[in-house]
Amino acid sequence: MQNYKYQPVIGLEVHVELKTKSKMFCRCSAEHFGQEPNTHTCPVCLGLPGALPVPNKTAIEWCVMIGLALSCEIPLFSKFDRKNYFYPDLAKGYQISQYDQPFAINGKVVIARNEATKQSLKKEIATTPSVSRNDAKVIRIRRVHMEEDTAKLMHQFGTQNSNIKTQNEEKYSLIDFNRSGVPLVEIVTEPDFSSADEVTEYLKKLQQIVRYLDVSNADMEKGDMRLEPNISLKKVSLRGMVSEVEPDRAISRDRHANARDDNKELPKYKVEVKNINSFRFVDKAIRFELKRQAELLDKRETPAQETRGWDEKKGATVSQRSKEEAHDYRYFPEPDIPPVRWTESQISNLKSQMCELPDTKFNRFQKEYKLNEYDAEILTREQELADYFEEAVKVGKEHNITSKSIANTIINRKINTEQVLPAELIKNIIQISQTFQINPDELEKIVEQVLSENQKAVDDYKKGETQIMGFLIGRIKQHFPSSDTNQIKKALETSILNT
Amino acid sequence: MKLNELTITQAREGLQQKKFSSVELTKACLDRIKQVDGKINAFVTVTEEEALEHAKHADKLLNNITIEQYNNYPLLGIPIGLKDMYMTKGIRTTAASKVLENYIPQYDATVVTKLKNAGAIIIGKTNCDAWAHGSSGENSDFGPTKNPWNIEYVPGGSSSGSAAAIAADMCIASTGTDTGGSIRLPANFCNVVGLKPTYGRVSRYGIIAMASSLDSIGHFTKTVEDCALILNITAGNDSCDATTPKKNKPDYTESLKKSVNGLKIGIPKEYFEIGLDKEIKEKTLKAAQILESLGAKTVEASLPHTEYALACYYIIVPSEISSNLARYDGIRYGMERTNFGDEAKRRIMLGTYTLSAGYYDAYYKKAMQIRTLLKQDFDRAFEKVDVIISPVSPTPPWKLGEKVNDPLKMYLSDIYTITINLVGIPGLCVPIGFTKNELPLGMQILGPHFSEETLFQIGNAFEEVTKNEGWRKKKPVL
Repeated sequence: MQNYKYQPVIGLEVHVELKTKSKMFCRCSAEHFGQEPNTHTCPVCLGLPGALPVPNKTAIEWCVMIGLALSCEIPLFSKFDRKNYFYPDLAKGYQISQYDQPFAINGKVVIARNEATKQSLKKEIATTPSVSRNDAKVIRIRRVHMEEDTAKLMHQFGTQNSNIKTQNEEKYSLIDFNRSGVPLVEIVTEPDFSSADEVTEYLKKLQQIVRYLDVSNADMEKGDMRLEPNISLKKVSLRGMVSEVEPDRAISRDRHANARDDNKELPKYKVEVKNINSFRFVDKAIRFELKRQAELLDKRETPAQETRGWDEKKGATVSQRSKEEAHDYRYFPEPDIPPVRWTESQISNLKSQMCELPDTKFNRFQKEYKLNEYDAEILTREQELADYFEEAVKVGKEHNITSKSIANTIINRKINTEQVLPAELIKNIIQISQTFQINPDELEKIVEQVLSENQKAVDDYKKGETQIMGFLIGRIKQHFPSSDTNQIKKALETSILNT
Repeated sequence: MKLNELTITQAREGLQQKKFSSVELTKACLDRIKQVDGKINAFVTVTEEEALEHAKHADKLLNNITIEQYNNYPLLGIPIGLKDMYMTKGIRTTAASKVLENYIPQYDATVVTKLKNAGAIIIGKTNCDAWAHGSSGENSDFGPTKNPWNIEYVPGGSSSGSAAAIAADMCIASTGTDTGGSIRLPANFCNVVGLKPTYGRVSRYGIIAMASSLDSIGHFTKTVEDCALILNITAGNDSCDATTPKKNKPDYTESLKKSVNGLKIGIPKEYFEIGLDKEIKEKTLKAAQILESLGAKTVEASLPHTEYALACYYIIVPSEISSNLARYDGIRYGMERTNFGDEAKRRIMLGTYTLSAGYYDAYYKKAMQIRTLLKQDFDRAFEKVDVIISPVSPTPPWKLGEKVNDPLKMYLSDIYTITINLVGIPGLCVPIGFTKNELPLGMQILGPHFSEETLFQIGNAFEEVTKNEGWRKKKPVL
């Protein structure tokens, strides 16, 4: 029998594309999705000889805001660096990125420990509002840095699907530079996740935060968020002893600086899965990797340190690049861009421009509007819905409608907030609350009368034509205008059942 | 005097007074190119047709504008040459490398736009060491440029063609780039005025990058006054170059006539030690004495970290080069990487090595620390003096081929110029005479960041006081 188990050690790099009007280092439009290829280009983003980058101030500020939203420290000195490597989608032969002095460091995100806990908590919360989310977990953010996106490669195999003709049906690739130089923020966590569920929970939270900040659409379909988990397994003894872990102090998880010392006891390998563009695929990729690695470890083999990709068709990760082939990016400070120096007041100014963040709003909603966690969570999931709710509460106050009943109406009736204005919603609530209850005896009399007058309808209803109920309710309502529809419906159902 | 021998100021005067037309002036330059450039090889591309077309247009404008309007075009109808590192829309730009042999840019460098807007006529693209890598002009893939004063000698590099073109009166002014002396050395070797402005004073946008943190965009002229006039056009913040500060731009011609009386001139002892040619030493110190006779004071200065400058330079520069040349990967510019010459390959390999993981700290990082020390050297020196005067090269011009097989020897010829680029301060090179062998000599006047006015003031004073000396009247015999 095994006297040990494997504990997943997972870290995550997320690239978030910002929705600035212009690109990171030139004035071209940053809009690239679904645009005519190579229409948003200039000497800078094409990497033509002599062209120089000029950083986009808004993008930098947004990057710092993301850092602040993730509780990061914002160093007062920061700079851009060049990351040198060859690839056809990289116009200059280097990517302008940040190496050892990123815009934000040492942050954290608090998530529910795992999906199971979260679900059970939610159920409890729904019934007993007093239960609190005490099973939270902190995911440390190592760094948040700014960089530029690459051009987009489109690989054409044969000429069938292309209007470009080549001889002999050759394979070729096209490059669309519209995406070249679009601002990207990379958010790197410490290897703090111990399950795929935690990763998903974190990603949802991150997506929510950048949407709240209104700095990215975070639209997965459009590639606004690209995900790169790094996964390994740590052997943990079940006998309570510290371990059969094989710590390897020599391996640094990343050449990025600021890696903290408390990650010493990490497995001596790590597998990175590159460029995943869906939460579901990340989940699958992690689960696949954990299984694959466990099987190797069971055979007393150490999984190779490598970069893999997620192949959705195969439902598997596939090897792309081994440790030996790892790039030496030859980072050095970008000489074309002066370093960025902040003053404390500039940072606090940025902070003051930031909207209320999801967690804060969630807590405030519970307190201020006396909502349970379940309601507060739903209402703060998206900024628009939260704003809608608060607007409705404001109007409701004038009519003595409680925030709780507004919350209930929005959540239970699945109000279409795009069509029903908050004021209309309040009007509806008032109407509903003004309906009166009919004297049961009187109601019973009328129900019997209506049923006997409409025998065919009753028969049809019994045959399963349940939509006929609406007709019957209407008939009764003629006798009791602005009465409670539910009461009538119940009475009708009981009566029909009894005949 | 022949039209092509005029200075900008003289040509402007003549054009304005209708003594001659821009077409005549441009033709005089083009004729001179046809006459002598076969020997000199100063131009990679001569844009005869476009130049004449633009000259005609300039003449039309000259006939139709008021004097006030004319002042908005300080170079109206004046033919200039551009180092082939400057992007020129529609005009082939090669960096004197086979890699870009047929490259036609889609846009103009900021400086090119400014010069065009000032009315300048672009007469051609000048030869240089490929990618501006070199001190002699011999690294050009289009053949070496020769020194007009003696065609057996090098004109100095890398802006070899631009300096030679002025010396041989093939155009009225020309542009260059200076990353480690590439303007000052050829100016020094060709008896012309050359300015390396403060780093960031002139936009680098649209000029092929050599080493981005050192590249300075300057020019060659026949007089200090012309030099100031061009800086008036090229200097200033550019929204396309993040390293150009939003700093006030003075009228550089205003300081020209100011007296040098009371100015303190530093003579850095480290720049006059062993290795310096005796004749150069004497001539440079004599130039300082002449300035003293005008009321300036000379004092000894010290730049104690000078001996580390060359090593520092040859780490930082190749590092940046290896990155800047990465885009010429044979995919997008047609020519394969095998077309890179030996010097470019040498620097790409050096830079790739010094930036590699495990070596970065020992090389690049250390070099950056030394760079800071060098800056402090100059900061301290300028606490005591207004400017520093030094030789430009430890030796007079050397013969073609003399150093091509000894890169280190070639690198050493930049010993007095490279530090200035590492520190980012401006340097003005002005002629100070000739050697016994009839080869030109110059000196460099160095000042604190953004002190170009003072440099012009001193350069002009020296030019004025020596204007009647015999060597001033010399012309190369071709």
